Amino acid sequence: MTHLQLVDFRSYPSLELTLPPGVVTFVGSNGQGKTNLLEAVGYVATLGSHRVSGDVPLIREGAEHAVIRSRVVRGERAALAEIEILPGRANRVRLNRRQLSRPRELLGLLSVVLFAPEDLQMVKGDPAARRQFLDELLVARSPRLAGVIADYERVLRQRTTLLRARGDLRTLDSWDESLVRHGAELLSARLALVDELRPQIAAAYAAVAGAETSTPVGVDYRCSVPLPEGADREAIADAMLAELATLRPREVERGVTLAGPHRDELVLSVGGRPARGYASHGESWSLALALRLAAFELLGADDRGPVLLLDDVFAELDTHRRRRLAELVAPAEQVLITAAVDADVPAELGGPRFTVRTGEVSLAD
Amino acid sequence: MYEGVVQDLIDELGMLPGIGPKSAQRIAFHILAADPADVRRLAKTLIEVKEKVQFCRICFNVAQAELCRICSDPRRDTTVICVVEESKDVVAVERTREFRGRYHVLGGAINPIGGVGPDDLHIRELIARLADGSVTELILATDPNTEGEVTASYLARQIAPMGLTVSRLASGLPMGGDLEWADEVTLGRAFEGRRTVSP
Ligand SMILES: Nc1ncnc2c1ncn2[C@@H]1O[C@H](COP(=O)(O)OP(=O)(O)O)[C@@H](O)[C@H]1O
Ligand SMILES: [Mg+2]
Ligand SMILES: [Zn+2]
Repeated sequence: MTHLQLVDFRSYPSLELTLPPGVVTFVGSNGQGKTNLLEAVGYVATLGSHRVSGDVPLIREGAEHAVIRSRVVRGERAALAEIEILPGRANRVRLNRRQLSRPRELLGLLSVVLFAPEDLQMVKGDPAARRQFLDELLVARSPRLAGVIADYERVLRQRTTLLRARGDLRTLDSWDESLVRHGAELLSARLALVDELRPQIAAAYAAVAGAETSTPVGVDYRCSVPLPEGADREAIADAMLAELATLRPREVERGVTLAGPHRDELVLSVGGRPARGYASHGESWSLALALRLAAFELLGADDRGPVLLLDDVFAELDTHRRRRLAELVAPAEQVLITAAVDADVPAELGGPRFTVRTGEVSLAD
Repeated sequence: MYEGVVQDLIDELGMLPGIGPKSAQRIAFHILAADPADVRRLAKTLIEVKEKVQFCRICFNVAQAELCRICSDPRRDTTVICVVEESKDVVAVERTREFRGRYHVLGGAINPIGGVGPDDLHIRELIARLADGSVTELILATDPNTEGEVTASYLARQIAPMGLTVSRLASGLPMGGDLEWADEVTLGRAFEGRRTVSP
């Protein structure tokens, strides 16, 4: 991203930034608007915020709408993306001054990998956090899957509502058919992704934790539907349908959908023990960083590489991990870093340092 | 808040689909400033539409008489029925000029969250239309979104024992959309490429 312009986005009434390639650091004390900046960059990539599910908090208090304008260069080509965030309505998105009929068409222009303090939840938190990690990466690699995931979630909500009503179940077979179609597509994509991620996570873990640890890392997708070995999408659909048939009496009794990608778990382990509940704080951080670095590796292999966003992460790490992380992210095309304290960012990471103070961003001298 | 009848007008307009409080206010003040003759004509049309327009006895499309324009047209093929969610979808399909049969308007799609089940749609009437065997092909042209897909699947399952050809519009329609938003060419192509479904 070479330019970022914000109008009434979060705490910024108006901001214009020119961003060089390589490492760029934003320093400022808490609450000054550092995360807001990275959130805006992330929004261009995903059309969503990593912090909130709705768009309303993104619009500056008292303003009617927010605008994010950005210039993204990939190889020889430059694109101008303009996003107007409108409360309670679909966004208006223009690419090179042409309005897109669906905002979703913007996906794929820019990819980002965001590192944030909350990443520890991917290791220590609920399975939902790990499923979200997988799904976000799927969409970043193949934007079409955003539609599959949205459809799956919609069908799931409809089907669960039907079950919960405990009345007329005549349409349940049709909902099953739809759930299984979208679910099998999502599940087969996740399984393929996990196979690609496994060696990357292990390698990144070793790189972050350092040579002194030779602890093996496990990455295991535990499916709520029993699957035959090497099942393709069709076999997955058949297995899901069979499982739903088996579970139907219990589902009807309890009013919940008991099997499908929404109930699956990505089990991470360190030294043969599940990371969740067993890993130390340091091991957990190494693993969280390894997940993001693996995502970076996969996205980098796919296209011209993602922009890395490191929001306040160095403060969370010991000096050893700080240095390792700095080495690993430095080769990226562009790395945007935020920190409350300048000294937290390893000196090896050069590049311009900006100061962020109450919605103003200026080059530090 | 405005006084009395002005606020009533804003409230009434605000209840229309797709019109938020701001638009309602804007339309209300437009009406206040408009020529009285124009406003009288609008009011008259609103009343007339409710008095004169009814739903076709056969297909539930909007009609000016007991039967709609299409059901009363003897040149239309009576062996094919195109099933759509709403009357506006009839208009969209007609625009493509690809279809010469008749329609059946369901009046919506199956939607548990919205409280719409099979009995809330004109499904029983559709099955009744198929009973005498004169219809040989059914084209399911519900919206290309999850509710539309499930409605089509449910109909296909209901109709399977009757032994007629059931087809679904070809993919290529933007998924997650509304039939009425598809352009003529895309929708026409989807019609051309419809495929038989085997439930
Ligand atoms: N919609 C909004 N309108 C105005 N100010 C906002 C909005 N959303 C967040 N802020 C302000 O932005 C600041 C937080 O910015 P943030 O980027 O999270 O800080 P940090 O520099 O610590 O990362 C807070 O002061 C908050 O009040
Ligand atoms: Mg912050
Ligand atoms: Zn009719």
